[in-house]
Amino acid sequence: MSDYILEMKDITKDFPGVRALDKVNLKVRRGEIHCLVGENGSGKSTLMKILSGFYPHGDFEGEIIFEGKPQKFRSIHDSERVGIVTIYQELALIPELTVYENIFLGHEIKSGRLIDWNKTIAMAKQVLEKVKPDLDTSRKVKELGVGHQQIVEIAKALTKNVKLLILDEPTSSLNEDDSENLLKIIKDLKKQGITSILISHKLKEVVEVADSITILRDGKTVANLNKEDGFSENEIIKYMVGREIEDIYPKRKKREFGDKIFEIKNWKAYDKTLGRYVVKNANMYVRKGEIVGVSGLMGAGRTELALSLFGNPKNYAVEGEMYFDGKKVRFRHPGEAIKAGLAYLSEDRKGTGLILDFDVKTNITITGLRQLVRGFFINDNEEIVLAEQFKESLKIKTPSIEQKVLNLSGGNQQKVSIAKWLFVKPKLLILDEPTRGIDVGAKYEIYTLMNKLVEEDGMSIIMISSELPEILGMSDRIYVVSGGRISGELSREEATQEKIMTMAVDY
Amino acid sequence: MNFIQELGVLLKKNIREYGMYIALAFIMIIFTILTKGLFLSARNISNLFNQMGYIAVLAVGMTLVIVIRHIDLSVGSVAGFLGAIAAALLRNNFPLIPTILIIVGLGILVGLGNGFLVANIGLPAFVATLAGMMIFRGALLVFTQGTGTIIIMNDTFNAIGNGYIPDIPNNTNYHLLTIIIGLIVVAFYIMSDVRTRNNKLKYNFEVLSMRMFVLKEIFISAIIFYIFWTLASYNGISWTFAITLIITLIYHLLTTRTALGRHIYAVGGNPDAAQLSGIDVKKITLFVFGSMGLLTAISGILYTSRLQSATPDAGNLFELDSIAAAYVGGVSAAGGVGKVINSLIGALVMASLINGMNLVGVGISLQYIIRGAVLIAAVVFDIKTRSSAK
Repeated sequence: MSDYILEMKDITKDFPGVRALDKVNLKVRRGEIHCLVGENGSGKSTLMKILSGFYPHGDFEGEIIFEGKPQKFRSIHDSERVGIVTIYQELALIPELTVYENIFLGHEIKSGRLIDWNKTIAMAKQVLEKVKPDLDTSRKVKELGVGHQQIVEIAKALTKNVKLLILDEPTSSLNEDDSENLLKIIKDLKKQGITSILISHKLKEVVEVADSITILRDGKTVANLNKEDGFSENEIIKYMVGREIEDIYPKRKKREFGDKIFEIKNWKAYDKTLGRYVVKNANMYVRKGEIVGVSGLMGAGRTELALSLFGNPKNYAVEGEMYFDGKKVRFRHPGEAIKAGLAYLSEDRKGTGLILDFDVKTNITITGLRQLVRGFFINDNEEIVLAEQFKESLKIKTPSIEQKVLNLSGGNQQKVSIAKWLFVKPKLLILDEPTRGIDVGAKYEIYTLMNKLVEEDGMSIIMISSELPEILGMSDRIYVVSGGRISGELSREEATQEKIMTMAVDY
Repeated sequence: MNFIQELGVLLKKNIREYGMYIALAFIMIIFTILTKGLFLSARNISNLFNQMGYIAVLAVGMTLVIVIRHIDLSVGSVAGFLGAIAAALLRNNFPLIPTILIIVGLGILVGLGNGFLVANIGLPAFVATLAGMMIFRGALLVFTQGTGTIIIMNDTFNAIGNGYIPDIPNNTNYHLLTIIIGLIVVAFYIMSDVRTRNNKLKYNFEVLSMRMFVLKEIFISAIIFYIFWTLASYNGISWTFAITLIITLIYHLLTTRTALGRHIYAVGGNPDAAQLSGIDVKKITLFVFGSMGLLTAISGILYTSRLQSATPDAGNLFELDSIAAAYVGGVSAAGGVGKVINSLIGALVMASLINGMNLVGVGISLQYIIRGAVLIAAVVFDIKTRSSAK
């Protein structure tokens, strides 16, 4: 069992001012699923970028041996030629093209100088046979869900004669169902002899699929675990953070709730472009000081529900009654909702949450600039003082509040996103996937902050999340959304993963 | 760190910011040599500022349009059309002030119309304003069909593009008020820089070292004062130059210090995030196109007044000249990036090129080629330094 398809030896990589990788070793056996885990910033992505040739040979120290031969990749092209294909978190598909066009994009099947479309379609079907036989190859990629788009990416990799498939957090934006599906595909590929490296934050799935695990911390290899010796999540976490986390979810001191601050009755939202209801007859309420979890599968209508409440920026046709802070309301745009005391943390912090080119300070204050205006102008002193306070209280790690958020890590970006909403002192904070794609340490800090907000500041929180443990660990009450309607409500005491899943798939 | 090293580091770090000024200095030196000093003569500098005025005003507005990821191709035709209306009104002895108010009002209306098509109806700005470009060019031709060129006899109106601010009585050969204004501008510049620096020091932000700061203040103050001194030795500040500077100053303050300005850049940087942060993207779009319309009207007035007449081809290619000036000034088509002051300098770079080449006697065909090459060089420089600066 020492047939290694890949060995990376003593890899060291420096960025200006920081050592990203320090003599990292990675050995991957032929035909296994090798999981690479570590907190954000531990060096996983850098290591994979070295392997794929994104950082060319000479840009780092150390040696890459693939299939017994030392390799000197100068570009991604070089690594793909020997059969190493990476699928990134941000998918590299063209939404307007069909599945089969995407699969062969860049290496089209030609007869003579022209593309042979019949053969392309036939080959696409053949390759999809291995992963997802029922996927219609003539559909445009933009019409597919994220789960199916991932599958198209894998199919694309298969046509490139892949020997080693690298998946960078493939399940981070998938629901439980799609995740399971994807993992099954990776296991199937293993049977067909394809080796995979899987980067993931979801330790449960790591434990489930991995044959061996390499754990990185602060740019160093800290552990190498094999399936034969058995895995445990706690052990992995211990290695990742270097300490035992007794409880991932911080204890709440009190659970006392005030009056209903928010309620909707028979709430409906009709999406004119999709031509269907995205929210159907929803009834829910939130009390003062309460954390209400909203669970459900991806595409169940959770984000749509939140947006329809938060000033309806997508212009759904909205019906029903909404009460907020004792008044019957209907917000016409997000500005009105914010003014009334509602805030919405976007699920997509880079796409719709932050202005990446702005610095930390201006991202935080953009939601309520008018508070800072004296006469005609923004008072920059006050702005700096306020931004510094948030940097301190939320422990945002940045050299300065004048740093562009583009340059911050995911966890710190998320803290900036939260700060910009705390800046307007909302009464009800809707958090849409507040811990997606951030590391264990930052997650813990965000959970602690949520508890503080409801306990000390009397805020109320609606937390939308795809991660069941998070929903169970943090919520006082749980609503489950399925197919645009609320399919169930559970108290903290009665909720279990099984009960939630049953409601989530109940159409 | 010794002085030369520090200067080197500083230049390298801010090469993007300073690149345009270096290019401007380079162009000016070349033409000064080629024309044996004529280029930098008081008369020519004064002339240069007057030539650049109507494009610079458009470039300032165009900067905001490009910052929010749109474009306005109609400004040239609209400026020409509004100029002709002004000429016609004045010829029929309509009083001056109401004429100007009407023209400015019409300009804002046209701009809001463009903004409405883009923000509310959802037309791509390129298409909406391309249509505007055709429509107003046609309207201008119709309007001047019967009359041909409309000569303007109103001296006050013509002074806007050709006259100079009055002086306070004195017995020197210099335009004393211009020198005083120059001193005031320098004083304001230094005060504002000192205030910013002290503020940054208070919060431990990175600032220039004291000697660098003093050197920079002296250097820039000297240049500013030299410009005003040169103008003072001729006829003083022209009305066009004054209007251009005041508009740039207002827009500079608007974009850097007000909530509205911040919102404009937020919409440009990430429209979705801006909307979810409570910013009304439609309103911002309407405002930016409306402001473009206002500046188009002012540009039309400046140009018509300078020619003392309205011609059928007035405003031809203004849209492209102002877009070029903004790009030379470093705005990004990807949105959210661009400063109005830099666009003013961009306009000055392009105007200097034209002025210099005219003095040297370069043919019009070659002039276009050179201007095109400079535009590409400027944007390439911008892209290269942006990716390296991060």
